[in-house]
Amino acid sequence: MKLRTLILGLCSASAFALAARAESITIATVNNGDMIRMQKLTDDFTSKNPDIELQWVTLEENVLRERVTTDIATKGGQYDVMTIGTYEVPIWAKQGWLLPLDNLGADYDAADIIPAIAGGLSVDGKLYAAPFYGESSFIMYRRDLMEKAGLTMPEAPTWEFVADAARKMTDRAADINGICLRGKAGWGENMAFLTATANSFGARWFDEKWVPQFDQPEWKNTLDFYVKLMNDAGPQGASSNGFNENLALFQQGKCGMWIDATVAASFVSNPKDSTVADKVGYALAPDNGLGKRGNWLWAWSLAIPAGTQKADAAQKFVAWATSKEYLALVASKEGWANVPPGTRTSLYENPEYQAAAPFAKMTLDSINAADPTSPTVKPVPYVGVQFVAIPEFQSLGTTVGQLFSAALAGQMSVDDALAQAQQVTTREMTRAGYIK
Amino acid sequence: MARAVSTRTKIGFSIAAWLIALLIFFPILYTIITSIKTEAEAIAGFDLIPSVTFENYVEVQTQRDYFKPFMNSVIVSVGSTLLGCLVAIPAAWSMAFAPTKRTKDILMWMLSTKMMPAAAVLVPIYLLFRDSGLLDSRIGLTVMLMLINLPIMVWMLYTYFREIPVEILEAARMDGASLWNEIVYVLTPMAVPGIASTALLNIILAWNEAFWTIRLTTTDAAPLTAFIASFSSPQGLFWAKLSAASTLAIAPILIMGWFSQRQLVRGLTFGAVK
Repeated sequence: MKLRTLILGLCSASAFALAARAESITIATVNNGDMIRMQKLTDDFTSKNPDIELQWVTLEENVLRERVTTDIATKGGQYDVMTIGTYEVPIWAKQGWLLPLDNLGADYDAADIIPAIAGGLSVDGKLYAAPFYGESSFIMYRRDLMEKAGLTMPEAPTWEFVADAARKMTDRAADINGICLRGKAGWGENMAFLTATANSFGARWFDEKWVPQFDQPEWKNTLDFYVKLMNDAGPQGASSNGFNENLALFQQGKCGMWIDATVAASFVSNPKDSTVADKVGYALAPDNGLGKRGNWLWAWSLAIPAGTQKADAAQKFVAWATSKEYLALVASKEGWANVPPGTRTSLYENPEYQAAAPFAKMTLDSINAADPTSPTVKPVPYVGVQFVAIPEFQSLGTTVGQLFSAALAGQMSVDDALAQAQQVTTREMTRAGYIK
Repeated sequence: MARAVSTRTKIGFSIAAWLIALLIFFPILYTIITSIKTEAEAIAGFDLIPSVTFENYVEVQTQRDYFKPFMNSVIVSVGSTLLGCLVAIPAAWSMAFAPTKRTKDILMWMLSTKMMPAAAVLVPIYLLFRDSGLLDSRIGLTVMLMLINLPIMVWMLYTYFREIPVEILEAARMDGASLWNEIVYVLTPMAVPGIASTALLNIILAWNEAFWTIRLTTTDAAPLTAFIASFSSPQGLFWAKLSAASTLAIAPILIMGWFSQRQLVRGLTFGAVK
């Protein structure tokens, strides 16, 4: 009898110990200011959910992408929450690699997520990733240099105005370049900018039958315009400049204008790092009067891989990190200017946020101006503004990006770059079975 | 007879040697310099005399814990080397002193495995690790690193052992030494520089291995390579913090290399002169 009691006691004690042990979830993420801030604020989550322990894996964007792709494709189950972008979400959801987020809690208010962002993260009306921060692209410009050139930046400028202003603002002797744009090869580097720009020129990657369109006049106009503008008003060695290089140039006062991610606004307006913090103005990305602007749409989002054993805890975490309460938590600790932008409509209606972030309205307008399902003037068979949401795009985009970067560097002509892009893309799309 | 060398030639060679050494060491030196710059200075361009700040080191330490990845690096690099020695020494011994017709082919075949790009076998290895529960484990990583470096270890040890005259071993046998005594008392003392330099080189290779150590780990077994990778960022300035993390990561191995350089050089040039 005593022995039985002892065994039962031991069993229940060990069961209790197991239940009391915190469940640990592993979150894969990228290294940027908003994500690091979230890691510092997790006490709030763990105090509300003492049974869940958080483990972080932070990696560089490309390594992270490769790492989580390997894990999710092999159902490795190493991660319970993954930070992925708008490019991956529709592809991975269709593959059955992600769990739909249908259990985020009654007070989550999914309807508050900005529709353009939610659209990019949903498949068949189901949300497969919750946006942590969203971004578009817009123009950041030096108000003082614009004034010196005798011009006034309209809120929604045309490419013609931007090109004219860039040439007038350029002062090589004073080391000021009228415009800084991405030139570094990569599907998420120069091709993000050029694909979005091409949309405003009426170009598209593929027609309705997946035939590449680089041999069409719209692409030639886009690339001619870009290369000429950069030669006349861009910085030296622009073909190796990406986001960070242009950020440094702009912060040092060497760029009149810079068209890039809206998230850059918080960097260039920060007096700690930026020498031009009090002289920056913002405007919508340019257009060509064709009804589409040259801005993109991206959201770093939290998704749950289908291979996880801890789906409930993972959903709780995703709901916490992308909630309205989280935004308020960041605001209370670090101020409204540091709240992750671009995810919730209510944030942009908040007068405190509007006061703290002068770029708030422009960010929201830019996000709303992008339509992933109809990114350019003509109809397309794909989803995505600055990318084509098909698995082949990473390699195609980078190959074409290398050709366009070479055209910018003067290593080949615009015509040659486009002809080769057409040839390579046609070959790969035929091989992949898109072109019958 | 030693060749007479003029002082001028000596100075010339010394300067050339220093310049080459500086050229080789420069990337590490510049990493250290960048780590004490501010982020804005770090990306601004080439500048050897920065404003000295240790902010990056503080930031790196507050963002992530250094000690855990450091211990993982020590365990997997030393562990894989010890494990590698256990396999490579007998293998190299048999190839050097009891070669067969196929020994050369086996050696070439072993080396050929190093010629394949690692990414080509990522998925099969990942699946093997997943099914055997070795993902994110120090044991799995230790075995993986041992296997990666094994061909180099065997090759190096084989070349060292080949330099040892067989006659000495035969003489030991004539004196009645058993195989065990022959290996322990005759062969090993003569091969110590070779074994030591092979082990040191293997520790360095394992410490710096960044493909598998990042891809097969998540949190528990992640070594310093993953620690460095976590400071790179697509949006935002990170060069100074990345350099600080790199300096912290390479410091132990750099110090170890510094103190063991005599042993390393001796081992690497062992057998060059007869």
